[in-house]
Amino acid sequence: MKAKEPVVELRDVSKAFGPVQALTDVSLRLIPGQVNCLAGENGAGKSTLIRVLTGALRRDSGSYEIDGRSVTSPTPASVRAAGVQAVYQELSLLPHLSVAENLFMGRLPARTGVIATGRLRDRAREALDEVGLTDLSPDAIVERLPAATRQLVEIAKVLTADSVKVVVFDEPTTALTEAESARLLEYILRLRERGIAMLYVTHRLEEMFEIGDWVTVLRDGSLSEAGPISDYDEDRLITAMVGREISSLYPETHRHAGTPALRVRGLRRFHDSPSIDLEVGTGEILGIGGLLGSGRSELLLSIFGADPIVAGELEVAGRPVKPSGPRAMMNAGVGLLTEDRKVLGLLPELSIRENVTIASLRSGSRHGLLPPREQAEEADRLLDSLRLRAGSYDQPVSTLSGGNQQKVLLARWLLTKPKVLIFDEPTKGIDVGAKGELYTVIGDLAAKGLGVIVVSSYLPELLGLADRILVLRDGRVAGELPGTATEEDVLRLASGGGRAAEPVLQEEIPAPREGGPASSEGAGAAIPPTPDDPGEVSRDA
Amino acid sequence: MPKLIWREPIATTTITSRQPTGEELGPDAVPRAREPEPEPKAEAPRRVVTLGDIAGRESGGLVVLLVAVGILTLASDEFLTGNNLANLARQVAIFGIIAVGQLVVILTAGIDLSVGSVLGLSGASTAQFLVAGMPIWPAFLLGVAIGTVLGIVNGLLVTRALLPPFIATLGMLGIARGIVLVTTDAQTVQGLPSGFQDIANGTILGIPNLLIIAVVVTGVMWFVLSRTVFGRYIYAVGSNPESARLAGVPVRMVTTSVYAISGLLAGLGGVLLASRLGAGIPTAGTGFELNAIAACVIGGASLFGAKGSAIGAATGALIMGVLNNGGNLLAINAFYLQIAIGVLILVAVGFDQLNTRRSATAG
Repeated sequence: MKAKEPVVELRDVSKAFGPVQALTDVSLRLIPGQVNCLAGENGAGKSTLIRVLTGALRRDSGSYEIDGRSVTSPTPASVRAAGVQAVYQELSLLPHLSVAENLFMGRLPARTGVIATGRLRDRAREALDEVGLTDLSPDAIVERLPAATRQLVEIAKVLTADSVKVVVFDEPTTALTEAESARLLEYILRLRERGIAMLYVTHRLEEMFEIGDWVTVLRDGSLSEAGPISDYDEDRLITAMVGREISSLYPETHRHAGTPALRVRGLRRFHDSPSIDLEVGTGEILGIGGLLGSGRSELLLSIFGADPIVAGELEVAGRPVKPSGPRAMMNAGVGLLTEDRKVLGLLPELSIRENVTIASLRSGSRHGLLPPREQAEEADRLLDSLRLRAGSYDQPVSTLSGGNQQKVLLARWLLTKPKVLIFDEPTKGIDVGAKGELYTVIGDLAAKGLGVIVVSSYLPELLGLADRILVLRDGRVAGELPGTATEEDVLRLASGGGRAAEPVLQEEIPAPREGGPASSEGAGAAIPPTPDDPGEVSRDA
Repeated sequence: MPKLIWREPIATTTITSRQPTGEELGPDAVPRAREPEPEPKAEAPRRVVTLGDIAGRESGGLVVLLVAVGILTLASDEFLTGNNLANLARQVAIFGIIAVGQLVVILTAGIDLSVGSVLGLSGASTAQFLVAGMPIWPAFLLGVAIGTVLGIVNGLLVTRALLPPFIATLGMLGIARGIVLVTTDAQTVQGLPSGFQDIANGTILGIPNLLIIAVVVTGVMWFVLSRTVFGRYIYAVGSNPESARLAGVPVRMVTTSVYAISGLLAGLGGVLLASRLGAGIPTAGTGFELNAIAACVIGGASLFGAKGSAIGAATGALIMGVLNNGGNLLAINAFYLQIAIGVLILVAVGFDQLNTRRSATAG
């Protein structure tokens, strides 16, 4: 194996986005028949590296060689033609078309513009057989397929390329259940036997140990460590990923949790989903951590009444509230800053000021007329105090940068005079300078007596901000940690790499999936201890 | 190892809450928020007050209207006479009322294809009530109520049955027209009391009643859209319904209401048309929905929602009316006018696209 020459070699590659250095002198070798696992925290530079590799981004410096030939100005098309293929986490399939059409989209076999249906089906059959989907009809419509099958179709599509030397997998198992992941990993091992070089990116440590030959660890945009996976165990890998103290950019954490500002009891999103309890005191910041897909955002939306729940009691400042909708929660004094500002938060065509006042119009209005000037002036004062950088508060909110948009949303909720504020990934897509400002503001709000909940996948942020951390895994609370916990503690709870002290996490618990179809298998398996344990009783109690 | 610098020195401009010049600045005059040192004062000297600053998105429509009026005044002696203007007002009024209703729906990124049919049904029903001996005002209000109810049904189909607005109102287009043809047996309903005919044909101080009604409707809608919480909610729903919902906007209620408003105004238009013609015509209003949409678009509304105003829709309706009127006066073949209006729609939307793209690259 060692004798083999690398098919792709990156040497000392650097990439900066404005003032932010995303990659610094990173080297990477992909060798035929080897699975190279790329590890690192969120924001460590993994996706930047992948985008440089696939030609989606131009590197600033360093060399890039495919098969010993230097690649000077790569484009996605030229890199693909050279044999470097990528399977992305967000599926790129067209949901309404058939499997066969998807496999060959852009190069459908045709004679004078008429699709050669027979030839298309034959070639699709071949491609599907190759990935083991022997019983999948090429005429099946993609949107009706389960996620794992779609992921395999995606791989089949990649393999129909003329030249396949390298395949990059970007978190392919995120959307899959355990059983589905196992099937995918098995297939990746088969690709390895065929001598294809692979770069595998995942957050699940156990997968790396299962299929990896080599591991490359990134930290803060530079190479932390690299070596054969056999040299590593879980602890050493986590240390290599984290290996850094939390900087002082976070506000001081000398706060005292007062009376409960928000209390959630037995919240259940579906009949077979685990029930969740949580509590935030006034003046306290509760952090919620967990991997992608662990149900963090869904939990917040349920608490805010934006997603329906089947059971659960909510109390805001000691008063029971029925979470019948965002409006009810808003009136009770709860505000939510959503993760996806563009889709779930902003009203892009409306002005900055209109975006701030929209949630407070009714409370300030008399006889349905727009509130008097004072409310707009109060909004302006709030925006001033948040140091919003804008030419005019009358300009459309879509002209602002991410950090400033987040401030607009924050001002929207502050204007409603909330008792509890919920932040979902508050600094996602925000440049570094604005992050510090936002942290200070969040700290100040808690100091003023608000109950604050922060969800973040960026661990230093979570640890730096929160007084207490709740870790979710597969939709249930995996454990609670003090604000002084380390990143290792959180990662271990979140990825289920726990010790024997946490027996529940060791069980193979299938992720509670959305919707009904999973309920039959999920009902039995969701109860950890023994199958003959009368699980229904304990769940309903 | 290079560390990320967390706290960069950032020049921050804060603006005082009521900046007198800030109001007139268009979006492209505003400095980009990300720029290190935005100096709002530096922008002031090269500020030119354009029509767009005063009239907003309707400015294009206003220009076209003024040009058309100017040309017609020069080309035809009859155009600027009281008689012709009163005539023009009567022609445009009903049409403008429907366009304003259509606009409210379009602002939520919806569409109401049923307005023409609803207009026909309301008008013919009122005529039948009158012929059956119902007093004038109850018949009038009942006709308007029919339109409102059909609008509410549209709204419920969109918000509860989750049908796309295009489909829901396309269905209603067929249903309402079918009902009116069945109930009238496709016969014109005649013999309406003269008191009813006076509603649309009368004048107050020499001003046609229809014009007064249309101006009132436009004025009320302008007020609702720009000065009330409900109006702001309409723009919010059109901008991003999910964001609006999470900000506590009652999205379903707002959406149902806009279809109700559109239905109400279509019903009002139908009754007024019956009054003006002195008869209930079962086929009245055929094709009005497309004209109403055209008027909104010419008046600056975006079919993607959240952009447009009542005055813009009324201006759009007026432009189309003036072109038709002028065509008649100058004895231009009416078929050419259809081409002209088609071109006008393309030009209006084309310019808007160009502006959007330009401001997107600039800011």
